[in-house]
Amino acid sequence: MVNDLVVEATDLHKEFQRDAFQVIALQDVHLTVQKGEFVAFMGPSGSGKSSLLYIIAAIDRPTRGRVKVLGRDLLQLKERAMADWRNENIGFIFQTFNLIPVLTARENVELPLLLTHLSRQERAEHAATALGLVGLSDRMDHYPRQLSGGQEQRVAIARAIVSDPSIILADEPTGDLDAQSAQEILTILSRLNRDHGKTILMVTHDPHAARHASKIRYLEKGQLLPEGAPQPE
Amino acid sequence: MPLPLSYNLKNLTVRKTTTLMTALGIGLTVAVLLGILALVGGLDKALQATGHPLHLLVMRKNSLSELVSQINREAVSSIRNKPGIQQLDGEPMVSPEIVTVINLPRHNSPDGANVNIRGLPPMGIRMRSNLKLIEGRWFRPGQREVVVGKSIARRYVNAGVGDRLRFGRGDWNVVGVLDAGNTAFDSEIWVGLNQLATDSNRMEVLSSVLVRASDPVSLQALQNAVADDQRLYLEGKREVDYYLEQTNSAEPVKFLGIFVAVIMAVGSCFAAMNTMYAAVARRAREIGTLRVLGFSGGSILLAFMIESLLLSLLGGLIGVLLVLPLHGLESGIGNNLTFSETGFDFRLSPAIVAAGVGFASIMGLLGGLLPARGAARESILSALREL
Ligand SMILES: Nc1ncnc2c1ncn2[C@@H]1O[C@H](COP(=O)(O)OP(=O)(O)OP(=O)(O)O)[C@@H](O)[C@H]1O
Ligand SMILES: [Mg+2]
Repeated sequence: MVNDLVVEATDLHKEFQRDAFQVIALQDVHLTVQKGEFVAFMGPSGSGKSSLLYIIAAIDRPTRGRVKVLGRDLLQLKERAMADWRNENIGFIFQTFNLIPVLTARENVELPLLLTHLSRQERAEHAATALGLVGLSDRMDHYPRQLSGGQEQRVAIARAIVSDPSIILADEPTGDLDAQSAQEILTILSRLNRDHGKTILMVTHDPHAARHASKIRYLEKGQLLPEGAPQPE
Repeated sequence: MPLPLSYNLKNLTVRKTTTLMTALGIGLTVAVLLGILALVGGLDKALQATGHPLHLLVMRKNSLSELVSQINREAVSSIRNKPGIQQLDGEPMVSPEIVTVINLPRHNSPDGANVNIRGLPPMGIRMRSNLKLIEGRWFRPGQREVVVGKSIARRYVNAGVGDRLRFGRGDWNVVGVLDAGNTAFDSEIWVGLNQLATDSNRMEVLSSVLVRASDPVSLQALQNAVADDQRLYLEGKREVDYYLEQTNSAEPVKFLGIFVAVIMAVGSCFAAMNTMYAAVARRAREIGTLRVLGFSGGSILLAFMIESLLLSLLGGLIGVLLVLPLHGLESGIGNNLTFSETGFDFRLSPAIVAAGVGFASIMGLLGGLLPARGAARESILSALREL
């Protein structure tokens, strides 16, 4: 069972220096996530949800503590190695989609593959497959501005899964979407979790969205509430 | 693998106006620089290339130019008898010459400009081995005939073959045009020595004597011999050096031109920098996203440098197009030593065009450096948080 631990965070602290103030974003966070879990993180604004996700994604480093993801101690990685590691192992989905506006859907999805050794042909095939998985095979040559918000987020999901990472991190993926588009996104994420065995960590404010997860964890003032604790008001 | 080139190109075409404005600014700078390089290149060629390495130009001591020098005929015979002079068909290669200046009306300048008239014997023509007659024939002894340099023929009124020029005591028939390979002689009018001597009443007093030494050692010996002969009060200058000194009169033009170009270049650098800073700021979140996807700071730096380079290359291209019509254009510059004007061409050689494009690239790279470095160094978190 130990080998199936995807995330192992111990005693995580994160502080930000803002002018003269110390802002504590995370304190004493202990978190383990099993392979194949779909965990939703909830909590008030500023409770440290994004900060936690960024640390697990090797985008940011904790001020203190240890974090192992997929058996790898992230604190040992240098800047450049962190970038390679993210490219290989993490699919990240943003609230604001963050597609590159001058690139088509297909080109956006191909971006992470530019850092691999795949040939042009293979990259095109992988991108087509990923876009197919999110139901956008017919929109491959569209630019982001020609797509609806829901479609943009589906392209972003395709981009997150194109290099077949084992972990998908999503920071309020439905935050900018209408109810129907949000539902589509959640369905896709559930399917990726159930059918493709992806481990998913999703931050959300929406209790309905959180219900798609297999487990909900709450953060408050930088602290991760114990598992099974009652939902705070 | 870095970000694809199409990403840079698309980002440039998306903001067409900014891209074009910046490129145009760089283009104007490149155009000014190319114009100056062409001008300086033409001038240098016109003045420096004049002269034969074995030629000694003998003038009165301390004369700054042939125009103000005076040598009497006795001195000429004395020079003719010195050792170390090369012979041609049994005759020493010595050419006594008279140089005067006249004012001729010029196309698009009714006040006219000063032109050198050179009176010289047949040997003087034979000693200038690189020049050729491109039209007509040489003047005949005893006739009021002249041969004009090709710059004169093109730039002055009534200076073509068959035309008559009026100076001195009357009219002169233009019978030929000479091409001296863009050297200073292209801006002179040549006439027989005796004809000019009679016309200007200078039978006894000439301007200079051109002598060809048989070898470099003799050249030095001749130069010393002339200087040591106290009675003559003459000095010999290597012909090449003489024309090199005249180039100095173009220095202020060169300096001013380069000064203007440098100031414009600094301005263009800042324009490119401004454009790139704006691009980096506008795309902060995009940069953060690319970093999250696994692109390194280095590839972000590279992407923005390439973008700035492409921008400036476009500018370089615009600059070259702007100056293209100037190619081959002729102009002249006054010379304060000879009181006359030397004609020259704007020449856009491939080297000059390459210099312009290279110059544009340098402006682009310098202008792009700080913004690109900023983009590469910003932390992913703060890039993502920007709106
Ligand atoms: N780069 C930063 N610099 C300074 N302070 C930061 C930075 N990132 C986060 N913080 C602070 O850390 C705390 C936690 O922020 P975080 O973004 O993790 O919260 P969150 O739970 O994701 O909030 P939200 O629901 O609004 O997205 C907040 O007080 C925030 O202001
Ligand atoms: Mg957040």
